[in-house]
Amino acid sequence: MLEVKGMQKRFGGIVATDNVHIDVVKGEIHAIIGPNGAGKTTLINQLSGEMKSDTGTVLFDGSDITRESASSRSLLGLARSFQITSIFQDFTAEDNVALAVQAHDGHSFRFWKPARSDARLRQPARTALEKVGLAERADIVASNLSHGEQRQLEIAMALATQPKMLLLDEPMAGMGTLESGRMVDTLKSLKGDITILLIEHDMDAVFALADRITVLVYGRAIATGSPDEIRANEDVRQAYLGDDHA
Amino acid sequence: MTLSLRTIVPAAVLVLLGLVPVIAGAIDEPFYIDLFSRMLILAIGASSLNLLLGYGGMVSFGHAVYLGIGAYVVGIFSFHSVEDGIEWMASGYVQIPAALIASAVFGLIIGAISLRTRGVYFIMITLAFAQMVYFLGVGIEYYGADDGLTLYGRSEFGDWLDLNESSTLYYVCFVALLLTLFVSYKLINSRFGIAIRSIKSNERRTRAIGIPSYRYRLTCFVIAATICGFAGALLANRTDFVSPDMMHWTRSGDLIIMVVLGGMGTLFGPLLGTVGFLLVEEILSSYTEYWQLFFGPLLILIVIFGKGGIDGLIQALANLVERKPKAAAQSRDGA
Ligand SMILES: Nc1ncnc2c1ncn2[C@@H]1O[C@H](COP(=O)(O)OP(=O)(O)OP(=O)(O)O)[C@@H](O)[C@H]1O
Ligand SMILES: [Mg+2]
Repeated sequence: MLEVKGMQKRFGGIVATDNVHIDVVKGEIHAIIGPNGAGKTTLINQLSGEMKSDTGTVLFDGSDITRESASSRSLLGLARSFQITSIFQDFTAEDNVALAVQAHDGHSFRFWKPARSDARLRQPARTALEKVGLAERADIVASNLSHGEQRQLEIAMALATQPKMLLLDEPMAGMGTLESGRMVDTLKSLKGDITILLIEHDMDAVFALADRITVLVYGRAIATGSPDEIRANEDVRQAYLGDDHA
Repeated sequence: MTLSLRTIVPAAVLVLLGLVPVIAGAIDEPFYIDLFSRMLILAIGASSLNLLLGYGGMVSFGHAVYLGIGAYVVGIFSFHSVEDGIEWMASGYVQIPAALIASAVFGLIIGAISLRTRGVYFIMITLAFAQMVYFLGVGIEYYGADDGLTLYGRSEFGDWLDLNESSTLYYVCFVALLLTLFVSYKLINSRFGIAIRSIKSNERRTRAIGIPSYRYRLTCFVIAATICGFAGALLANRTDFVSPDMMHWTRSGDLIIMVVLGGMGTLFGPLLGTVGFLLVEEILSSYTEYWQLFFGPLLILIVIFGKGGIDGLIQALANLVERKPKAAAQSRDGA
């Protein structure tokens, strides 16, 4: 589904992404783990088209998207969420999602008909909110939602673009156990239908969800394998997991 | 749209504006028609700037340039219609579309380049372009340079619409303002308007969601320029005169003040701001020639204490009267 070859990104002296190869198979949840500053967010920024890579190619669903902009990658079915919640704070929850629907319902050069009463946008928006359990909060202005709800809203917005693949940057960041549990359930319900590249620090969530895991350290992918293989991998234990995780 | 103080006040202002020629005629003070027609025209200009400033988050510091371009098209056409005897150039049916097209083209060129930048750079580059056009006006001797150009005649629309009749011109401006408000209302609530507002709210997210922001910002820029060019064409007719001074950077600053004073990103804010600005200017300047000395601090007070400008003050007043919690009333944006 997503094939990353020889991806590189430097910030001055720091090599944030160092010759990374990743192959995400259709339908799987592929987790990327690694210590703080390993380059996980940078990788997502490159894959989503927000940040230009120094070198490397990205194949998505069979076509080369290396030169595509962020918006056209989204239109091709590659959606993302942000590590630091990025929503439209002054829009209601439903308006946030409706905008995502609108973005994928042809162009927005429509200057006359009111958008906020357009059933073509409201209906799918409602559906996406239901999927993440936010249906009752549809009319709340986003800035008044709890942190956990805002994280769910991010997912709903990504889902509303009807993606083939999701790039999720620490969806559980800053959540309590209860909220994390709900997020795990949400992601589980998507499994199989949507390919997911999941960045997450919460190891319980990673091992509960992932089919395969890639470990990123100092911008380099040092290992890829099934959860069991990764648990057993010596390099990984030394570099990252620590013995108590094994 | 519920019937709140926020809609009643602008509606009342519009009704009063609509009655100006009647009142001016009754008290025999035709001077008022002149004063208030300028208000109507600048309110159109401020409304167009509000599309950029209030809804699109684009702080254009050169918006008066489109007033100038619209005005100059009328002035130049009028000039050639007499000097070279080209009759059709006196026609309003030619002048107005030409003014719209010229300001759209300038908007397209200036916007296409300026919108590559952000923040302070955007402010500076729009200002720089406006200054360039300003100096172009100052430089062209043929069209009067900095002395400007006196119109040989107002735009001709035939017998049914004689702009030389001052109340006719006034009502043309009045209808144009209503039209501008209506078009703005439709625009900001359309898919296009929602896209523009989302870019202002969070551009990074807007792109990630699949909306290529540049082309929507540019379209918004061109629309705002065109509407402002229309206001410029009216201004030339009202004043019977065009000059580079119309697009001096302080004129652009005035437009920004009108929008901020009235309430950015609200439908009627620019109208209220323009009315407030020009009335205060008129009143203060009748007392002292140093009126700007008092005007500045007054503006600062309103902006600091009445967040959201005059519209914000009305909102606060409405909340006080109805004792409604702030949050409930705030969710009603876009109108
Ligand atoms: N825009 C930037 N400019 C300069 N350096 C950057 C930039 N973005 C990231 N970096 C650096 O690149 C490295 C990787 O950062 P990145 O945010 O990708 O790590 P991460 O794995 O997402 O970390 P975390 O787990 O804390 O989210 C860090 O050393 C960071 O300081
Ligand atoms: Mg990160």
